[in-house]
Amino acid sequence: MSTSTSNAGSAAGSALRGGRRRPVDSTVKVLLVAAALVSVATTIGIVIALVQPTIGFFQQVSIVEFVTGTSWTPTFAQKAYGVLPLVAATLTVTGVALTIAVPLGLGSAIYLSEYANPRTRKVLKPIIELLAGVPTVVYGFVALFALNPLLQKWWPTDNGPAFQNLLIAGIAMGIMIVPTIASISEDSMAAVPRSLREGAYALASTKMQVSTRVVVPAAMSGIVAAVVLGISRAVGETMIVTIAGGLTSDRIVLNPLEGAATMTAFIANISSGDIPVGSLDYDSVFAVGALLFLITFALNAVSIRMVRRFREVYE
Amino acid sequence: MNPTDTTNRPGVSIAGVGTQATGAPKSDAADPVMELSGVSVYYGAYEAVRDTSMPIQEKQITAMIGPSGCGKSTILRSLNRMNDLIPGARVSGAVTYHGQDLYAKDVDPIEVRRRIGMVFQKPNPFPKSIYDNVAYGPRVTGMKVSSMDDLVEKALRDAALWDEVKDKLKTSGLALSGGQQQRLCIARTIAVRPEIILMDEPCSALDPIATAKIEDLMSELSNDYTIVIVTHNMQQAARVSHYTAFFTAEVDEQQERHGRLVEFSQTGKLFTNPADKRTEDYITGRFG
Repeated sequence: MSTSTSNAGSAAGSALRGGRRRPVDSTVKVLLVAAALVSVATTIGIVIALVQPTIGFFQQVSIVEFVTGTSWTPTFAQKAYGVLPLVAATLTVTGVALTIAVPLGLGSAIYLSEYANPRTRKVLKPIIELLAGVPTVVYGFVALFALNPLLQKWWPTDNGPAFQNLLIAGIAMGIMIVPTIASISEDSMAAVPRSLREGAYALASTKMQVSTRVVVPAAMSGIVAAVVLGISRAVGETMIVTIAGGLTSDRIVLNPLEGAATMTAFIANISSGDIPVGSLDYDSVFAVGALLFLITFALNAVSIRMVRRFREVYE
Repeated sequence: MNPTDTTNRPGVSIAGVGTQATGAPKSDAADPVMELSGVSVYYGAYEAVRDTSMPIQEKQITAMIGPSGCGKSTILRSLNRMNDLIPGARVSGAVTYHGQDLYAKDVDPIEVRRRIGMVFQKPNPFPKSIYDNVAYGPRVTGMKVSSMDDLVEKALRDAALWDEVKDKLKTSGLALSGGQQQRLCIARTIAVRPEIILMDEPCSALDPIATAKIEDLMSELSNDYTIVIVTHNMQQAARVSHYTAFFTAEVDEQQERHGRLVEFSQTGKLFTNPADKRTEDYITGRFG
């Protein structure tokens, strides 16, 4: 009896001494660090890959022409490198998309967070989030071959939407970003403490007043972050505008019923043709890409800042 | 109706009116402004509080005391239909306000809460400015006010907060200390001019100095408002209230706990000469 206890005691004692390494732990750590580094390295790689051709581009085209020119015709005989037509088309599509997505997204979020009973929410929220997983090429084709013909048929006047146009691309894109806005806004509304709602109800608020005057303002930073993220998805979206948005870029198109090339649609189009590496056309893709990168980067930075501010509200 | 009228309910003893001890009513009791008769509150099938009958006297402070889980907060929340917000909550029996049943079909809970306000355990100012916190109620209820500024000032003065915040009305209510936040919540509640203010352990998150301020404020407010307060703190009930209801939790044959009103009487009487043995045990610290 006494021997066995002392044996057990010494075994336990030696188990505590640092002889045993845990090779799995250190391997996992190395793998995880590597995984994190890959994404950082990719971002840096993108910046480097963009910089050189962009510099090459601006050695031949002045920044002033790039920023103020109103015609973008790198593939024409008469070449012009004013990026404004592309920027204008991007803004138009994004504007249409937000007009659709903000009310729909916020409405769904308010419904899910304030009105739906828990069981309905449990079913509906994953379904809405599933919409975010639909490939954008599907949205593009649905827009071009299903929605646009309807739009043309129902259009009240003669000069209706063209075969490809910014309006239909914007509508499809709006539907595409509804889940992003709805899901993130709902998260931030659900994070509003129950005590605030009770306080509002105790002051004789109706459900609508609790939603719009207490919950939405309290969740505002999260909602703004959701919208900014939606904008940055819209600006960067490529497939829908390439398929349904049109290709005009030799002038600024302000009428959303006409087709026009966005920054992303131009890049996708010219990249699928064959252009010689190192040519000005080739470099122009990178110049537009760099501009796009700057815009989405700035939007994401704003979004992250908003989310951070939102976190501080109740602490 | 006089509070003594409910004495014949089993298990509830109610003291007579008249002894001017500590916590005696400010005047002879008139008709109660609210009346609970045979009120039970259920969460789903579970009966949380059983068969509660007691009056709430006008412009008096009524305290509800008792151990945790005795249902005092549940009863409080049934007085302005805050329980409606909890799925599955149900009230049986009658809660009357000026003789009108609050749970009748045609009663609008929003109207009920406009007349019967509530202050919560944890201060819950909106993440808005001090001014907007106070103006919130009058705005949502569409009160006709000649000057919102005056109304906000009056509410903040009545809540004994004006001098501390008059120079920073535009700053966030969340920037105030806990005690100030709670007084802001009281100001916000009285800004809609309710008749009754329900307070659910309003001082339990506060330090003793802030607690003393709120207690003084309650006494002050009872000149104009009827107050019902739930408290864990027996000394607080003894200090501020005119009437006290003592609740306890009973365990039934199925080992389920149900809250139950044991004794309702004038505060001085309940603390110096309780009618029920369980009340005496609780206030002398023998259980709970």
